[in-house]
Amino acid sequence: MVKVTIDDVVIEVEPGTTILNAARQAGGDIVPPAMCYYSKLEGSGGKCRTCLVEVAAGSEKDPRPMPKLVASCSTPVMDGMIVKNKTSERVHENRGAVTEFLLINHPLDCPVCDQAGECKLQDLAFDHGAAKTRYEEPRRKHEPVDIGNTIKLNQDRCILCYRCVYVGNQLCDSRVHGVMHRGEHAEISTYIENSVDNEFSGNMIDVCPVGALTDKTFRFKSRVWFLKPMNASCECTKCAGKAVVWMFGNQIYRVTVRKDEYDEVQMIDGKPAWICNECRYDKKDVSKWTIEEPLKLKRTSVISQGHYDKPNPLNDSTKNLK
Amino acid sequence: MGRKLLLEHIDVPGIETFEVYRREGGYRSVEKALKTMSPQEVVEEVQKSALKGRGGAGFPTGMKWSFLAKPEGIPRYLVCNADESEPGTFKDRYLMEKIPHLLIEGMITSSYALGANTSHIYIRGEYMFVLDILEKAIAEAYEKGFLGKNILGSGYDLDLYVSPGGGAYICGEETALLESLEGKRGNPRMKPPFPAVKGLFGCPTVVNNVESIATVVPIINMGADEYLKIGTEKSSGTKLISASGNLVRPGVYEIELGLSVEEFIYGDEWCRGIANGKKIKACIPGGSSVPILPAHLITKTAAGETRYMSYESLSDGGFASGSMLGSGGFIVFDEDQCIVRNTWNFARFYAHESCGQCSPCREGTGWMEKVLYRLEHGQGNMRDIELLEQINKKIEGNTICPLGDAAAWPVAAAIRHFREEFEWHVTNPQEAQTRNYGLLKVTETL
Repeated sequence: MVKVTIDDVVIEVEPGTTILNAARQAGGDIVPPAMCYYSKLEGSGGKCRTCLVEVAAGSEKDPRPMPKLVASCSTPVMDGMIVKNKTSERVHENRGAVTEFLLINHPLDCPVCDQAGECKLQDLAFDHGAAKTRYEEPRRKHEPVDIGNTIKLNQDRCILCYRCVYVGNQLCDSRVHGVMHRGEHAEISTYIENSVDNEFSGNMIDVCPVGALTDKTFRFKSRVWFLKPMNASCECTKCAGKAVVWMFGNQIYRVTVRKDEYDEVQMIDGKPAWICNECRYDKKDVSKWTIEEPLKLKRTSVISQGHYDKPNPLNDSTKNLK
Repeated sequence: MGRKLLLEHIDVPGIETFEVYRREGGYRSVEKALKTMSPQEVVEEVQKSALKGRGGAGFPTGMKWSFLAKPEGIPRYLVCNADESEPGTFKDRYLMEKIPHLLIEGMITSSYALGANTSHIYIRGEYMFVLDILEKAIAEAYEKGFLGKNILGSGYDLDLYVSPGGGAYICGEETALLESLEGKRGNPRMKPPFPAVKGLFGCPTVVNNVESIATVVPIINMGADEYLKIGTEKSSGTKLISASGNLVRPGVYEIELGLSVEEFIYGDEWCRGIANGKKIKACIPGGSSVPILPAHLITKTAAGETRYMSYESLSDGGFASGSMLGSGGFIVFDEDQCIVRNTWNFARFYAHESCGQCSPCREGTGWMEKVLYRLEHGQGNMRDIELLEQINKKIEGNTICPLGDAAAWPVAAAIRHFREEFEWHVTNPQEAQTRNYGLLKVTETL
């Protein structure tokens, strides 16, 4: 076990753990934000640069600070390493800069974006964004396209985290989409005359941190905060059948994977609980699911605001309102 | 007369053929290394020679070799980085085009030192004609028994391949190069793991520049002690400099490190001064990505000492008043040139060549390019200059690979040293649209 200090929190982790995962093990607000890293997808991370942290001391043996900020999602911890995340002025400054970079070509169409309310970029901009843009040039524009019969791609909103590419590589039989072009012209696209159509391709929508990939069967149906997310399960031969159904009354509006506190798919029985496309798109009937319990949400989530019949014990304000 | 090690026989007719190259003393280092030295001895010799990587970063080659992991049963690779795409740098092309066997000889000796049985030369897509030259030379070497199985009866096998890239600047970054060589999209990898541990096809790999590998030949031939006598204390040996810009005699020169910059620009043997009798305005000593130097800092350092063509002297004063030797792309500007336009041109290059993987570089390079375009075309304002400074500060050091730094440095240095020129473009928008800064006599439109 190696000992690492992150923002004055001392934790012991397995050797080879990355700084981000060490912080996640400690939990709390010392965890750097991650837009592209997804622990269940091998090879992800390092691209968005929002998880940059300052290493004030490299290790016990070599306590020199690292000159550059390092990407916490891909830098392994060393024994005696001292990491500064929210206590470092430099980190705040650069995270703000990265947020600005991610937003300069973002259309800022949250009012009409289906991801609003559960968008990681919104959260990041809320924490680190500036009130005003300094970008005077015209923004990149792409028309929304279908990359499969159930997935819509809004390239304008994409932050090129490559997560969906890894889903294509690791969950699907063959990947038919990827990143084309380079630099600021880089975009997600399918191969010529191919469309994303695979048993597990729907998981791309769930891994997408922004509203670039959206579920065509749910688009513009409802705001997520008007829906009640319920943990539900069903008999499924292709996947574990553990999902979250998003309901309005007795109607299921959409089905997603169960996510943990870092917005990643939950591990159920030691495996990531990805769901198949049949569960996601075809089982929109309550009779097909066993509803287990309401989804536990973070207090800060906009979805959490008093949408269950019973008052939320975390949310005392509902009592006062009644 | 400077000592020549690499280009010594460059003018011999037919040097690109095996016979002539061999007659001029070629492949001696292979014989010496394979017959009389152990691989470890070759590595030590290169380490002792203090050879610094000639590709731009100046990382000691011997040290890089000593980092190579050597697990049992896993192949090791040597990859030659011939993806020379830095604006202003064309030395490797000259070397490969004129004297291809020197590179091949270096590859054999270096591969032997590293214990690699398969080696690759990754060549830039635009150098397709050089690919033919190299393949012809490799075929000759195979025929004469310098490549293939059991080279010179020493029991050492080596296969050498040349692979062309698609013409992307980013593939000159070593991990992107390896990705490209594996047949993937040329995106730089995250480090660690470094290529020395996990490189090509997941095996330990050393990636070296063409000139570094070629320089191994004279080092082995003459011995490290002899080699150390050439050059300065900290920068040993010779270096190919590709001089371009407003010079009387631009071209590729092999210089002994430690030659004074003044001598190099004005000396009769070298560039012979600035063309058309103009005055020098600025100089980029190491390829487009290193900071630009204004006239008063080219031949003298900020402390008033003479500046020499060497790693330590050119970087004297840090980025505030110095630059870097880089890859040796020596670009000289005369008084008629517009620094803003040049900076915009470089920014355009980096924006075009960014791989688009990490956000600061993808968005930042494009943003800088757009702001510089506005400034150059008389549509900027004073705020933009501060904005540029801030953007490049945020790109620098925050990216996966050094391309972000390479894009940020020239802009930062241009603003640092030529701020009044940027301000002129803001205060004189009409003129900025029609002519270069400082060009009162010339009226040609841009």
